[in-house]
Amino acid sequence: MNEAVVLEPLVKTNKRATRWYLFHNFNFVVGTVILIALIFITVFAARIAPYNVNQANPTQTFISPNSEHLMGTDNIGRDIFSRFVFGGRVSLIIGLAAMLIGMALGTGIGIIAGFYGSWVDSILSWMTEILMAFPGMLLALTVMAILGPGISNVIIAVGIGSTPSFMRMARSEVLKTREMDYIEAARSIGCTDARILFLHILPNIISPLIVLATLGIGGAILEGSSLSYLGLGAQPMTPEWGAMLSLGRAYLNNAWWISIFPGIGILLAILSINMIGEGLSQVLDPLANC
Amino acid sequence: MWNYLVRRLLTSISILIGVSIFTFMILHFVPGDPVRVLIGRQSVSPERIEELRQEMGFNDSLPVQYFHYIERVFKGDMGRSMKTNRPVFDSIMEQFPSTLKLALFALLLSTIFGILIGALSAAIYGSWLDRAISMICLTGISIPPYFLGLLLILFFAVRNNWLPSVAKTDDFIGMILPAITLAVGEGCWLARLVRSSIINELNKTYQTLATAKGNSPAAVLFKHVLPNSLIPIATAISIQSVYLLAGSVVVESIFARQGIGRLAVVAIQNRDFPLVQGTVSLIAVLYVIINTLTDLFYAVVDPRVRLT
Repeated sequence: MNEAVVLEPLVKTNKRATRWYLFHNFNFVVGTVILIALIFITVFAARIAPYNVNQANPTQTFISPNSEHLMGTDNIGRDIFSRFVFGGRVSLIIGLAAMLIGMALGTGIGIIAGFYGSWVDSILSWMTEILMAFPGMLLALTVMAILGPGISNVIIAVGIGSTPSFMRMARSEVLKTREMDYIEAARSIGCTDARILFLHILPNIISPLIVLATLGIGGAILEGSSLSYLGLGAQPMTPEWGAMLSLGRAYLNNAWWISIFPGIGILLAILSINMIGEGLSQVLDPLANC
Repeated sequence: MWNYLVRRLLTSISILIGVSIFTFMILHFVPGDPVRVLIGRQSVSPERIEELRQEMGFNDSLPVQYFHYIERVFKGDMGRSMKTNRPVFDSIMEQFPSTLKLALFALLLSTIFGILIGALSAAIYGSWLDRAISMICLTGISIPPYFLGLLLILFFAVRNNWLPSVAKTDDFIGMILPAITLAVGEGCWLARLVRSSIINELNKTYQTLATAKGNSPAAVLFKHVLPNSLIPIATAISIQSVYLLAGSVVVESIFARQGIGRLAVVAIQNRDFPLVQGTVSLIAVLYVIINTLTDLFYAVVDPRVRLT
């Protein structure tokens, strides 16, 4: 369900006016504020967290949220707020790293396919189409089956799952760029293919890919935490939102806070990124989104 | 037209071949000896492994193994589960109806919700209610299904005991919560699409022409606007149906429901590769088939597609 945001009008509008509209757009502003707040608490997790994340305390299990334990404690007496703060770090890093992998792989394949065209393009496009036959989550699950559980494998799996959309965008951007005069000029002064690709084409096509990656982080966080929820990603000792939520399922009857707070964390992370994307497309492409 | 049909079908067949190669290769991508992977943690003497390798055909070259694999799949033999030793094909056939029912019910819910809400907010476009609906839909897209499922269980099953969280039998009541969980994200996504596609069509100039020719407003709406905005919507709905099948992977696990998604997750947790291959290829093949049908449908109703 990767809705590619239309990015064309981005470059042509007046920059200052665009900025003004962005900072007066409800979705963009609220999304940015939430995202910055989340990044802030995860970056300074070590200072904010009042307790050790894995400090079990058998006398203080299932305490409901109070002033001492802001989000209560879990089944073995660990402080949920501390785990929440550190868990955000893991979830956000999974999203970010997965998108970097997807962008690197997809862009690499895409620019080669777009630049060389003919049979190279046909084969690479065919392989991408095959990957696209597996809905994102299913592809990530399949890769998890091959690699086995673990956080780094989740990052790889989600990254591979997002590769096709980057490949498609990079390819179509290269197809537009390679006909430009400056590419011909570069070629005529004897630049190698690698030099043209990385020094002349890549810098010119990278910005829409970065936007795609930024907006994809929300989906990547969702997929990564789903894998942890299914028990394939972060292991129970590691504080991670999906795994924390999964742990709380068994105690839903009497201790809802174990699951609900990590769930709110994931929701806010994904929602803030989607709001930023929505705000961007409202401002940059008002016709498509009205 | 025929030209387009043939080209489209050939593309789909090439993708299906690719999918089969990919699922076949799953076993070979796993680090280590495929025979070792298949027998799992059992201790077996090296001689027996050599025998098994010969029996299972792992001594043949990869293309030969692939053709044997395809031959078997066409005979309905997708191997046996490593955990239960049941034929994979039987397990899938047994679990599939439950998933299909869930996905169809969710599809019904999300389609009704999406079209109603989308059309409503297009009609009152720009008002505060439209903005509120947009915000709710954005939240609906952003909420992880497992969190939504948990909230629904907490509210409807744990606190109020109105609906069962775990369906004992395959009854309708037990299907309500899972179907809602599955439908919310897709329904919200569809509502946004319906809204923008109606608004887009309302802004086009062919309406002015139609009105200038003397059509009544109703005739313009039903004869000109609706058919045009229905095309992207119909496409979206058919694509959705596959996402719902894939979404069942998570939702069935939340509600401990039988089905192909849960089968896939358990298979992956147990690293039960024949079962992984079977479930994954089933969903991927369905996806390709539905995509192809969608494109063909598109070509039939929209002549512009055939020309490209």
